[in-house]
Amino acid sequence: MHSRAKDILLPIAAIIAALLLFGVFVWFAGVNPVEVWVLLFKGAFGDWYSWQNTLQRAAPLMLTALCVAIPARAGLTIIGAEGSVVLGGLACAWMAQTIPLPGNMMGTALLCIAGALLGGLWIALAGWLRQYRGINETISSLLLAYVAIGLFKHLVEGPLRDPGSLNKPSTFAIAEGLRISGISGTDVHWGLVIGVLACIASGLWFRLTSSGFAVRVVGGNPRAAQLVGLPASKLILLACALGGACAGLAGAIEVAAVHTSANASLIAGYGYAGILVSFIARHHPFAIIPVAILFGGFGAAGSLLQRRLGLPDASVQVLQGIAFVLILASEALRDVNWKAVFSRMAAFGPSEPTPVVIAGLTRNPDLGAPTWTPDQVRGDTK
Amino acid sequence: MSHQPLNRRDSIKTLAALGAAASSPFAFAQKPITVGVIYVGPRDDYGYNQAQAEAAAALKKMSGVKVVEEENVPETAAVQKTMTGMIAQDGASLVFPTSFGYFDPHMLAVAGKFPNARFAHCGGMWTEGKHPKNTASYFGYIDECQYLNGVIAGHMSKSGKIGFVAAKPIPQVLRNINAFTMGARSVKPGITCNVIFTGDWSMPVKEAEATNSMADQGVDVFTMHVDGPKVIVETAAKRGKMVCGYHASQAKLAPQAYLTGAEWNWLTAYTTFLEAARSGKPHPNFIRGGLKEGYVKMSAYGPTVTEPAKKAADAVKASMIAGKFDIFKGPLKDNKGKEIIAAGKSFKQTDLELEKMNYLVEGVNGSI
Repeated sequence: MHSRAKDILLPIAAIIAALLLFGVFVWFAGVNPVEVWVLLFKGAFGDWYSWQNTLQRAAPLMLTALCVAIPARAGLTIIGAEGSVVLGGLACAWMAQTIPLPGNMMGTALLCIAGALLGGLWIALAGWLRQYRGINETISSLLLAYVAIGLFKHLVEGPLRDPGSLNKPSTFAIAEGLRISGISGTDVHWGLVIGVLACIASGLWFRLTSSGFAVRVVGGNPRAAQLVGLPASKLILLACALGGACAGLAGAIEVAAVHTSANASLIAGYGYAGILVSFIARHHPFAIIPVAILFGGFGAAGSLLQRRLGLPDASVQVLQGIAFVLILASEALRDVNWKAVFSRMAAFGPSEPTPVVIAGLTRNPDLGAPTWTPDQVRGDTK
Repeated sequence: MSHQPLNRRDSIKTLAALGAAASSPFAFAQKPITVGVIYVGPRDDYGYNQAQAEAAAALKKMSGVKVVEEENVPETAAVQKTMTGMIAQDGASLVFPTSFGYFDPHMLAVAGKFPNARFAHCGGMWTEGKHPKNTASYFGYIDECQYLNGVIAGHMSKSGKIGFVAAKPIPQVLRNINAFTMGARSVKPGITCNVIFTGDWSMPVKEAEATNSMADQGVDVFTMHVDGPKVIVETAAKRGKMVCGYHASQAKLAPQAYLTGAEWNWLTAYTTFLEAARSGKPHPNFIRGGLKEGYVKMSAYGPTVTEPAKKAADAVKASMIAGKFDIFKGPLKDNKGKEIIAAGKSFKQTDLELEKMNYLVEGVNGSI
C-alpha cells in the first residue's frame, strides 16, 4: 500500500474500530449502540449548530497543538503550552487596560502580537534552559506552565484586578472595538481562520523554506546538523519561540473573542489537549487541522450524548481514550508487509516449523545442511 | 425528624404529591416545558454541583417537565455552545447555567441571541438596566447556616480552635468564614478560626494538605467553602476530628464525625422560575432568600452532637426564621483591630453591602 494512503486509511480504520468498541461498551450499559452512533454524528456534524460547535471547539486546539508540533520537528518534546496560553491571554488583557489602543483591527492585531510575544518568550525559555543549562525541556516546560498559572492568578487577583469583579476576579473587560467577532454573523470567531492559517503557514515553512528544512535537520540529528554548520541551538530556540507564540496567540484570541477579560476560566486545559492533538497528527502541521476538528467533534458530540441519553461525561472520555489509543496503536501496522500477511493467510493448512536462528549457533541454511530443530539447539547436539 | 422540615426525602415526597395532583384536569392548563441544567463539575461531587443536581432531579419528577443536563462544562465557549444546543436542539425554554463563571460573558452573550428563552444563573448579580430581562440570578443566604455550623462547632470544640478550608478570598467565601467564626465565638468568645485558601474551587490535594496541617495545629472542628467538600470531610474524619458540611450533605461519608452542615435547597428557586415560565408571568430577575424563604437548610444533626448544642442552634435558627436575627451587626472589628461596623448599626441579609465583603472578622487567623 502506498504510504500516503496508509496515512489516511489507518487512522480512519482506527476510529471506526473505536466506534464499534464504544458501541459494545454502551450496549453493556444498557443503551442502544445505534442510537449512540447516530447521536455522535448528529452532535458533531449533523446540522449547522453542530458544525459551529465543533469548529469553535477546534479553533484554540490548532494553535496549542502547533506549540507541541513545531518544537517536536526540532527534536524537542514540549508539553507546557498551557503556560503560554494563560500568559498570552494575560498579555492581551494587560495591554488593553494599560495602553490606549485604536479601537479597530489594528488594536486587535497589537493585542494578538503581545500575546504571541509573551507566549513565545515563555517556551523559548524552556528551550534555552535545555540548550544552555542542560535541563530536560519536557519537565521544565511542564513546570514552567505551573509557574505561569501562578503568575497569572497573582496578577489577575492582585495588581491587574478590576475592583468591580467581586466574586470572579478578572482584569478589566477589553473595549468593544478591540474584541474579535464571529465570522459574518456565525458563532465561530476568526480564531478558527487564524488557527488554520497558522497550521498551513508552518507546514509550508517546514516544506518549502531552507530555515524550515534546517529545523527538520536539527530535529533529525543535531550532531550531523552541527557538523554541516547549522546553528542548532538558535534553530531550536526559534522553533520553541514560534510554537510558544502560537499558544500565546491562542490565549490572546480566547480573551479577545470569548472571555473579554483575563480570568481563571482561561485555564481550561487547551494547552494539554493540544499535546494529544499534536501526537495524533504525528507533529505534522497540516494533519493538525483535521485532528483538531475531530477533537472538537468529540466534544460537541459528547455534549449531545449527555443531554439526550443522560450518559455521564466520563463516557465520552472513554470513547476519546479508545479512539486515541487505537490511532496510536495503528501506527504499529504501518510497516506490516500486507502482501506477505495475505499470502500466508491464503496458504491455509498446517505450517512448517520456523527454524530459530541464533547467531553463532545456527548453521547457515545456504550450506544445504539439515534443518535444525529447536530441541537440537537447546541440547547442543552437533 | 422535627429538626429537619426541609430534608430532601420530604421535598421529594411533596413533589410526588404535586405530581399526583397534576393529573387532575386543573393541571392541563400548564404546557410541557423543557429545562436545561448545566454543571461545571460532576453531578455527584457531594458538593456544589450535587446540590444543583438534586433540585434538577426533583424537577424531572414533575409532570410535563423534561430536564436535559450536562456536567463538566468549562467556563469557556463550550458553555455557550451547550446553552445554544439546549435551546436550539433540545427545545429548552428555561436554562439554569449554575456556575458563577457562566454569567459574564457567556450567559449574557447567548441570552442576546435567544430573546424568547429564559436564563436563571446561580450566584450572579443581576442588575436592572444592565442585564437583559430574560436573564436572572438566584442565590441563598447560606451564611445563616454557616453561623449555625459555628454555634454547633463552638459547643463541640474542645481545643477552642476551629478550621475553615476556603477556595478564594472573594466576598461570598469571606462572608461564610466570618459567619462561621462569629457563630462559634457567640458560644465561647475565646475561640479562634484558622483559615487556609487553596486558590481554586477544586483542589483536592491542597484541600487534604490544608486539613492535615490544621489538624496538626490542634483544630478539631472543620468546615469549608470549596466545590467538593468530600476530601476535607474524609480527611478530617480520618484524623479523628469533627466536621460541619457545606453545599450538600456529606453525612454519608463520615457518619460519626459529621456534626451538621449548611446545605442549599435550590428547589425553591427552581420552582419559582419554572412556575413563572409555565404560566407566562415575567421572569423573576433577582431572587434570594435564607432559611426563612427555604433557599438553604441544615443537615440533620449527627449522633455525637450534644443536647445543649442542638438547643442553642435551634434557638438561633428559630430567631433567624422569625426575621429577628442579624449576623453582621455592630460593634464588629476585623482581625487587624479596625472597626468594620459601628455599634448600633446592623445589616439585613438583603443588604447589597454584604455582597462586597472584603474583611475577616476578629477571631479569624488568616489574611486575604
